[in-house]
Amino acid sequence: MTQTPDTVLVIVPAWNEDRNVGNTVREILSADPRYHVAVIDDGSVDDTAAVARDAGATVLTLPFNLGVGGAMRTGFTYAQRKGYRRAIQVDADGQHNPADIERVLAGLEKADISIGARFSDVGDYTVHGPRRWAMVMLAAIVSRVAKTRLTDVTSGFRAANARAISQYVTYYPAEYLGDTLDSLVVACHSGLTVTQIPVAMRPRAHGVPSQGALGSTVYLARSLFALGLALLRRPRRPRSSEENA
Amino acid sequence: MTIAITGVVLALVMLVTVFTMLLTRRLREKYAVLWIIIAVAMLLLGLFPQLLLGLTTLLGVVLPANLLFAMAILLLLGVSLHLSWEQSQAEDEIRRAAEELAILRADHDDLERRLAALDRLGNPRPSAPASDDEPRG
Repeated sequence: MTQTPDTVLVIVPAWNEDRNVGNTVREILSADPRYHVAVIDDGSVDDTAAVARDAGATVLTLPFNLGVGGAMRTGFTYAQRKGYRRAIQVDADGQHNPADIERVLAGLEKADISIGARFSDVGDYTVHGPRRWAMVMLAAIVSRVAKTRLTDVTSGFRAANARAISQYVTYYPAEYLGDTLDSLVVACHSGLTVTQIPVAMRPRAHGVPSQGALGSTVYLARSLFALGLALLRRPRRPRSSEENA
Repeated sequence: MTIAITGVVLALVMLVTVFTMLLTRRLREKYAVLWIIIAVAMLLLGLFPQLLLGLTTLLGVVLPANLLFAMAILLLLGVSLHLSWEQSQAEDEIRRAAEELAILRADHDDLERRLAALDRLGNPRPSAPASDDEPRG
């Protein structure tokens, strides 16, 4: 099954998001008819799958929780099998504005991976304290690896072209924070190029994200650990057998 | 002397257990290797206690018991590291399988919806099985 070149698979990882996912899916679908939405129901115990299906999305239900990394690899594998040339990750909680999808996708014209970045002078997204330092430091390190200036490397709002999709299918990290940091480093090691597009973030529609002084410090430590490991690993080459799977 | 005999008996019991499990296919070869090494080492030390004493002086360890403990800890560390490694591999395989399952389930739902739509069009399949799940949406 192949898609026309301009259809885009919008991958929405969702874990117990039945209050947000319906609106998110409807907004994405109404933004552009070329967007196909695949909601990855990551072992939710609420009605995420039913809500997403009623909203018009294809629902891929994982039998148990795999984390964002596992959900994204499922989505990218699905995109590759169905012949999508472009895929973009959009969070289910409504923080990513579907109107920005097109702008982030436009970044794929000059790179393999395009990140919708929150710190690029657009919008009023702010974080303070250790978490802010962590994000700035991580961005500086990954920028060196990617050989381009990136300001927000932990953003989940990112698009991939066919090359990046097949790289993700071969290897997509499952560890904590690996889904954003490690995947970027691995992609750069594999010779993919990265760019970023400034976007504004919206507040979460429902629910609160986990934040706190201690939490932020742990976040910093774990992200540095994840990044350190990613940098130390040898560049991987995609294995041909899995590429054609 | 009794210590040495206990060691020999223990080692033999361990070898017999490991081999029984191997023969009845309750233990896979890759896990058995380390256990067999441990049992054989115990057997050798039990049969030739001088070996332990010789090793102790050779390595400059003060007490033979310390050398024994150190070796036991090292081997057990090896066993648990091996298990962690195998566990990581198994987890990775399970994750892949789960991802496959999700994709197949989505494909299956999609096909089922299409077939149901065909049925509604008055185009019943030959020998259509009675389906108890209604198409959603």
